[in-house]
Amino acid sequence: MSLIRCKDLKLAYEKTAVLEGIDFSVETGDYLCVVGENGSGKSTLMKAILGLITPAGGTIEFGDGLERNEIGYLPQQTIVQKDFPATVQEVVISGCLNKRGLHPFYSSDDKGAAKKNMELLKIYDLSKECYRDLSGGQQQRVLLARALCATSKMLLLDEPVTGLDPLVTKEMYALIKELNEEEGITVMMISHDVGSATEYANRILHLHNRQMFFGNTEDYVKSNIGRKFLGDDITDKIPRGDYYG
Amino acid sequence: MISPTRYREVITMADQIIEMFSYSFMVRALIAGIFISLCASLLGVSLVLKRYSMIGDGLSHVGFGALAVAMAFGAAPLKVAIPVVIIAAFFLLRISENSMIKGDAAIAIISTSALAIGILSVSLSTGINTDVYSYLFGSILAMTSSDVIMSVVLCVIVILLFVFFYTRIFAVTFDENFAKATGIRAGIYNMLIAVLTAVTIVLGMRMIGALLISALIIFPSLSAMRVCRSFRAVVLTSAVISVICLCLGVTASYIWATPTGASVVIANLIVFICFWIAGRVKKS
Repeated sequence: MSLIRCKDLKLAYEKTAVLEGIDFSVETGDYLCVVGENGSGKSTLMKAILGLITPAGGTIEFGDGLERNEIGYLPQQTIVQKDFPATVQEVVISGCLNKRGLHPFYSSDDKGAAKKNMELLKIYDLSKECYRDLSGGQQQRVLLARALCATSKMLLLDEPVTGLDPLVTKEMYALIKELNEEEGITVMMISHDVGSATEYANRILHLHNRQMFFGNTEDYVKSNIGRKFLGDDITDKIPRGDYYG
Repeated sequence: MISPTRYREVITMADQIIEMFSYSFMVRALIAGIFISLCASLLGVSLVLKRYSMIGDGLSHVGFGALAVAMAFGAAPLKVAIPVVIIAAFFLLRISENSMIKGDAAIAIISTSALAIGILSVSLSTGINTDVYSYLFGSILAMTSSDVIMSVVLCVIVILLFVFFYTRIFAVTFDENFAKATGIRAGIYNMLIAVLTAVTIVLGMRMIGALLISALIIFPSLSAMRVCRSFRAVVLTSAVISVICLCLGVTASYIWATPTGASVVIANLIVFICFWIAGRVKKS
């Protein structure tokens, strides 16, 4: 049984199809990268998996004991958060809300989970700091710790390295890989950085309003579409239509 | 050494404050004002952080329009204004959430239209009289005993909801998409805050003034955000600021016979400047 299984999925905004014919599955322990250009439907697919939009056709099934609200989601940063007055502790523990039900306050278990995840991501010494005073990389770690509070099974990361400098980007990728390998957390990441995607992920899903490729990274690198997408010096020269010939 | 004249001044001021409490309208204004500003400041934290400050301003203009129309037809002002402003809150929230329409421009259109409808209906019926003046700029005499009761009830509801849903209000304010992904129905919380804001504004606008009431929502949390570093501290500090400023403003308006609403807003402005300087000093 797969963690997530999408069958003939169709997603649309106000009757305009954004994605069609999506068929893939995420297995426990996978590191799946969803790649594609801007506007190719990556974010839409992610919203559908999180239940923020309803599919126009096809199904999304959750298995292996995974519930939809047990996915640890790392969204892209919003403007609202840039100057938000909240401590790291307050942000991280808000990831535990999906286990709270109707209970209004956090339990000591929640506090323990928050502490454990902050220690795991080496931000425990920042726990009393204000979120808006942190660097971009530290803020991403805080949001990742929050996502880990919401899940023990699967992370869904939306462009987690946007706006980070190269060194911090590398650290972030290493951290995600570590979570995948050592903590056994399944990772599904949206990225337009195909180079890093093929370096770290074991599976690739390539979207361009439909499913262009789904399979192992080694096969993707050898495939036509993969070769074209990876050769970054030729991407500028080939007219867009030629990718999908 | 305090000079004799200065001493006398201090004594007279203390006497005046004691005297203030002998007037029942002042006591009503103080009680209702404290509870309304407390509600406004709590709701304001979420509204300001979500960049919805303009909703408060828009709602107060719609409130004025509704009161003026109600007055022209001789209907009970609150019974008309509260439902109208709640409906407006639904619309304004929808507009702000929908990035396809330019939210700030749409709010400006709605608020100026409501103001125009209000002014028109007033001038066609009674003409600009003291009632209209007091709706626009507030009047200390506006609070009746039933207003005081409603303010207290509203405040208790707001505080209870805030305490009970505190963790979720934080989550929805900080990151709506993450909150939705963890199964929180963010739309309901947004709507709840908008509706409570609508009621707070209608109750408070006759005392503070339709043109000034949104300051009560925005100022305390903005001041608190200058110095506080946690969400909890922002909530608590802005609640304290709002109550202190209300008391200062009302007292000042009694002693120097200044307009109540404007005095409260000026008190808030002074506190904001102090907190802004404090925040700057703390940073450097």
